[in-house]
Amino acid sequence: MTELNTQTSEEAAPPKAATPTGSMIATLGLVAAICGLIIVGAYQLTLDAVEQNKVIKERRAVEKVMPDAKSVVGYYVFDDQKIEPVENVDKEPKKYPAAKLKFFAGYDAAGTLLGIAAEGSAKGYADQVRVMFAYSEACQCINGMTVVSMKETPGIGDKADPTKEDIVDKQFMKNFVALDVKLAQDMKALANEVKTVKHGRKANPWEIDAIAGATITSKAIGKGINASAQALLPKVVPNLDKIRSKKP
Amino acid sequence: MNDVSAFQLFIGVILANNFVLATFLGLCPFLGVSGRLDSALPMGIATTFVILVASICAYGLNILLVMLNLEFLRLISYIVIIASAVQLVEMVLKKYSPTLFRALGIYLPLITTNCAVLYVAVNQTSNNFSFVQALSYALGGGIGFTLALVLMASVRERLQLSNVPTLVQGTALSLMLGGILSLCFMGFAGVGG
Amino acid sequence: MSTSTTLEQFMEGIWKQNPTFVMVLGMCPTLAVTTSAINALSMGAATLFVLVFSCWLISVMRNIIPKEVRIATYVVIIATFVTVVDYAIQAISLKLYDALGAFISLIVVNCIILGRAEAHASKNTPLNAMLNATGVGIGFIIGLLSLGVVREVLGAGKLFGVSLFGANFQPWVVMVLPPGGFFVLGCWLLIFAAWERRKQKKESTQ
Repeated sequence: MTELNTQTSEEAAPPKAATPTGSMIATLGLVAAICGLIIVGAYQLTLDAVEQNKVIKERRAVEKVMPDAKSVVGYYVFDDQKIEPVENVDKEPKKYPAAKLKFFAGYDAAGTLLGIAAEGSAKGYADQVRVMFAYSEACQCINGMTVVSMKETPGIGDKADPTKEDIVDKQFMKNFVALDVKLAQDMKALANEVKTVKHGRKANPWEIDAIAGATITSKAIGKGINASAQALLPKVVPNLDKIRSKKP
Repeated sequence: MNDVSAFQLFIGVILANNFVLATFLGLCPFLGVSGRLDSALPMGIATTFVILVASICAYGLNILLVMLNLEFLRLISYIVIIASAVQLVEMVLKKYSPTLFRALGIYLPLITTNCAVLYVAVNQTSNNFSFVQALSYALGGGIGFTLALVLMASVRERLQLSNVPTLVQGTALSLMLGGILSLCFMGFAGVGG
Repeated sequence: MSTSTTLEQFMEGIWKQNPTFVMVLGMCPTLAVTTSAINALSMGAATLFVLVFSCWLISVMRNIIPKEVRIATYVVIIATFVTVVDYAIQAISLKLYDALGAFISLIVVNCIILGRAEAHASKNTPLNAMLNATGVGIGFIIGLLSLGVVREVLGAGKLFGVSLFGANFQPWVVMVLPPGGFFVLGCWLLIFAAWERRKQKKESTQ
């Protein structure tokens, strides 16, 4: 590859045939304008498709953890514990505070609240592991988990991925049938933090039994769920009445 | 990744997520410049410096882009910043250390196309790093890169004295070496949270 | 330009000047995204797109781009098309986008594209530039696939997601991990060197 540093070469070579500054700026401006147009065009063309893809991906994950839900509504909860549907906030983002957490509420055919779902993520072996978990008010526990995205080691880390039905570790998935996430007395945090323990050492309902040989990935899922639950549940659980029935 | 401490990021990116050996960045200089220790080390240091400057500028630029709602210009503006940062480093080196400038020669402008620099800028944005986290990540990344380069150079210098079949010499050998180094560094998995 | 030269320009990128095996350029994506054949193919296709369109635009503007800032201009043009490809992949498949990750943006600093622009597109007509770029792009896809196929078959027992061996296959997991990438590419380069040497021996004895 020839020299990239054209400025030092200018000092060495005689200045003849140097492009006048004016035309240089004009050409650069032209190039910038053309490139700008191309980018903006591509952005506008793909914007809808990209947004739709993101929504479809989220919905699929929610449906996997709350299979009985007939309809799903996305909500944001703010620091003052106000809850607003996602579409209201996205329409007028300036009306609401910037700090917000997203979760999904699942309703049955009659419109009654079945449970809520939310995402959690943490760094695994290779990269971020993103999971979606479902919370059920009746048992104050997490009763469903699926992986939204992970890049863990094939055959090892992805045993934790229920979307890979041929290799998922069924023992591991049993951890998420009734994972205890009840709130502490002061309702400000979980009573017990969700923790991943070594395979075979699970002693409490708020612990996750790691997959043998895939501890790092299992720990990431535990960390992701814990971080998300600690931040979200104290704000949402006391206010479930606000979203008890589906708004028409 | 916001809950990871800056120190964990720093150590993690040098060992467990080494830019060259785990994330496959900066391979062209890794395979090209690592023949001798006395060219590998300055290259590593220069790259670290460029990564730092690029990271700081990218952080500020990102804030500006988000404010002006021009996020789709991110890639273009980052690469312009990196090219300018390299130019800046060149000018500074030329003025304050002409020997080093001459020693690095052609390799200095090539830092512009070093994937590691652009990766740091893009990654710190997509992971929403705070300023301190971004700095640790950038510094650690550069140090990790330098470490990989120095390790490779040391081994290759030794190899010049051994009887390597001519068929294997060159890039194939460097790649095999890289593979073994990468395998070793896999032992650090989990370090850094 | 006669058609034979144009065809030659197209073919040279595929074999004689194959970016992966002969010129040893674009190493970063070659090792990083070839953990499966479909990822390798997608990355190759994305790079081909950027190559062809960047070389086309650079060639169209070759007479008005001032030579003092040509590299910067090339980079800006390449970055534009990479941004386009980035959005396109997001719109087509988020799963693919996650798999390729940051390396889509890194196509900008892929030495192959800048090298082609500087060496060829800036000195040839748009049609020739596009043909040559297509050839080099296809050569790159071949390089990527040769790694992707080997790593996926050995490391996961699958090809394009289809399981090849039965459930009892013990995958050679290191093949889909970073060291595997280094080793497989090293082996391919070794095979090429051996092949070249044999060819030279034959030519010198004839």
